[in-house]
Amino acid sequence: MIDLIWLIPLLPFIGFLINGLGGRYLPKSVVGIIGSATVLVSFVLSILVFFELGNSEVKSFTVQYFDWISAGSLQIPFSFLMDPLASVMLLVITGVGFLIHVYSIGYMHHDEGFARFFSYLNLFVFFMLLLVMGSNYPILFIGWEGVGLCSYLLIGFWFRNTDYNNAAKKAFVMNRIGDLGFLLGMFLIFQTFGSLNYADVFNKASFISEFNTPVSIAITLLLFVGATGKSAQIPLYTWLPDAMAGPTPVSALIHAATMVTAGIYMIARSNILYVLAPFSMDVVTIVGAATAIFAALIALTQNDIKKVLAYSTVSQLGYMFVALGIGSFSSGIFHLMTHAFFKALLFLGAGSVIHAMSNEQDIRNMGGLRKKLPVTFFVFLAGTLAIIGFPPFAGFFSKDEILAFAYTQNRAAFWVLALTSILTCLYMFRMFFLTFFGAFRGTVDQQKRLHESPAVMTIPLTILALFSAIGGFFGMSELFSEHHALKEFLSPVFSVSSAMHSLAVPSHSLEYAIIVAGFIVIAMLTFFTYARYARPGVVFPADGKPVPFFQRLSYNKFYVDELYDLLFTKPLNVLSGAFYHLVDVTGIDGVVNSFGKAAMWSSARLRLLQSGNIGFYIFAMVIGVVLIILYSFIG
Amino acid sequence: MNSITQTIQLVPLNHYILLSTVLFCIRVLGVLICRNAIVIFMSVELMLNAVNLLLTAFSAFRGDTTGQVFVFFIMAVAAAEVAVGLAIIVMIYRNTRSIDVDLLNKLKW
Repeated sequence: MIDLIWLIPLLPFIGFLINGLGGRYLPKSVVGIIGSATVLVSFVLSILVFFELGNSEVKSFTVQYFDWISAGSLQIPFSFLMDPLASVMLLVITGVGFLIHVYSIGYMHHDEGFARFFSYLNLFVFFMLLLVMGSNYPILFIGWEGVGLCSYLLIGFWFRNTDYNNAAKKAFVMNRIGDLGFLLGMFLIFQTFGSLNYADVFNKASFISEFNTPVSIAITLLLFVGATGKSAQIPLYTWLPDAMAGPTPVSALIHAATMVTAGIYMIARSNILYVLAPFSMDVVTIVGAATAIFAALIALTQNDIKKVLAYSTVSQLGYMFVALGIGSFSSGIFHLMTHAFFKALLFLGAGSVIHAMSNEQDIRNMGGLRKKLPVTFFVFLAGTLAIIGFPPFAGFFSKDEILAFAYTQNRAAFWVLALTSILTCLYMFRMFFLTFFGAFRGTVDQQKRLHESPAVMTIPLTILALFSAIGGFFGMSELFSEHHALKEFLSPVFSVSSAMHSLAVPSHSLEYAIIVAGFIVIAMLTFFTYARYARPGVVFPADGKPVPFFQRLSYNKFYVDELYDLLFTKPLNVLSGAFYHLVDVTGIDGVVNSFGKAAMWSSARLRLLQSGNIGFYIFAMVIGVVLIILYSFIG
Repeated sequence: MNSITQTIQLVPLNHYILLSTVLFCIRVLGVLICRNAIVIFMSVELMLNAVNLLLTAFSAFRGDTTGQVFVFFIMAVAAAEVAVGLAIIVMIYRNTRSIDVDLLNKLKW
């Protein structure tokens, strides 16, 4: 079975080719089936691989296909690595991806670019699978770049709208900035360890006994820069809210479940390097915590249903980075898994709401939808409960695990994350109550067209809701069961680093305290937000009325976009304009034009010699002869 | 033959050179200044004659007959040139009804 893992990324690629090249000739149902079936088969294969890994003694398989690059001492084979971490990621990607493909059949049904959408989705899944299955950094980088490309294609899917194109460009450019850091990190890795294969690098790294060497700090920080670009942390997160310009299934797949988790995966994969540089781990923790609370503050006042979810994604990614930064790598992966479930669920549910509301996305114009959209209401409730950490939903287990470890490792990060949990609860309930409770605030037209989504959309929603509900049981802490299934499964990947970096296990009383405190807080906030938002008479500040300073600050995303505009975009534009006028137009064009001008000027002068006057010609001949004679005497 | 050579050698060489040079320069000026095509042509012939004179004088004083042989060549060339040149002058007259060379200025920029 391990021999067949090359099929796993190949099938979506074939789906991409078929749908991309032949999509316009195939009927829509066939396109949808091909697109979804390839991912389904990959999912089935991933399950088989998962079970085989579980049963085998050896936990890490490397399958080599061919020598890709061999240039002197740089040997990069094209090979796949199958180990528990890759297997978990495979299941998440193909499983959630398959459900999103099925959902898209319904959501994008009326769109004329249906086949193109599915081909891009399949291409994206192909690159993401390549990313997680590679056994060396360059193959990871192929997938890294590829998912960046596909996210550009998919965000700008409705390309006739300039704003969407700008959002897609922004995503791609910010990803690129991160990629620069990633590339520099890779170069340093090659220079330090002489190879880019995981096996070689991690083997050599495990023999380094000194912590916080400048090289290891440099490598890990540069790789982290790449992760901030891809996984939307400070300072490179501003592309993600703008990326909501793409269709909702795109937001679900790329920006909730898969692409943004690439950074987490990369750091988890390089865990040995990070453990060798505790300074970088502190940086990761600080950036993760700061991003978590920053994004949560912004999400509090957003009115677009997808923007709230986008900032929520950024915030939850901050949680995962904190988990990685404090050394609890399996907690980060666990939260990644549960987050994939409930965030994809929330996005797809939001898509269902938007679909029902005839493409309305402003929650101020929604309300009381729970009667008309019962299935959507229930699955959205499941997702909301999961994200705020309500037991026994999935988010509860993963979040509380991170909080517990944070308490023992980095107390400051714990308080920041706790505060963020409160904010998460606040903004999620605000969005939930404003959308589904109260009176309907939209137009009469929209009210007439309110309808529940078709089965092709609600079935994936239900499946995801189920996983959001039970997914937590994969990783129950010692409080409830003896086996933390996920942690045990992933332990071979993190074994060396856990030997180097001791992780204080939180005590049982601490975990109980967190659970109880969380429960009380959630209950209080439920009542508070219900009273405030779920009443029929909820009023919004009119556009133009002066709003309190903090509300304005949060609504305008803390003016970060404007700050970047001032710091980077405008100076670059000015510089570009200066170069254009000074160097290009005046300089280079001037030089090239001057050749032509010189030729014309000299010819204008020289032609005057042809005066037609014979006497002058003879005179010139005589002068010439005299000069020759003089020259023969002198020279 | 020797008497002719001795007679020629009675006049010092400098005189021959001077005469030849003056003749040549005057005729060059004539080519440059005159507008009459026939005068220009005559000037060219006289320039050739000046050179002939010089060559003969040198050959007489050196006793080397190469100069005189060269003179023969020059005379033959001059004759051919006269034939062609006069034909051209006749064509000029036919086209412009005069032999003023200043009228031939159409081939200009």
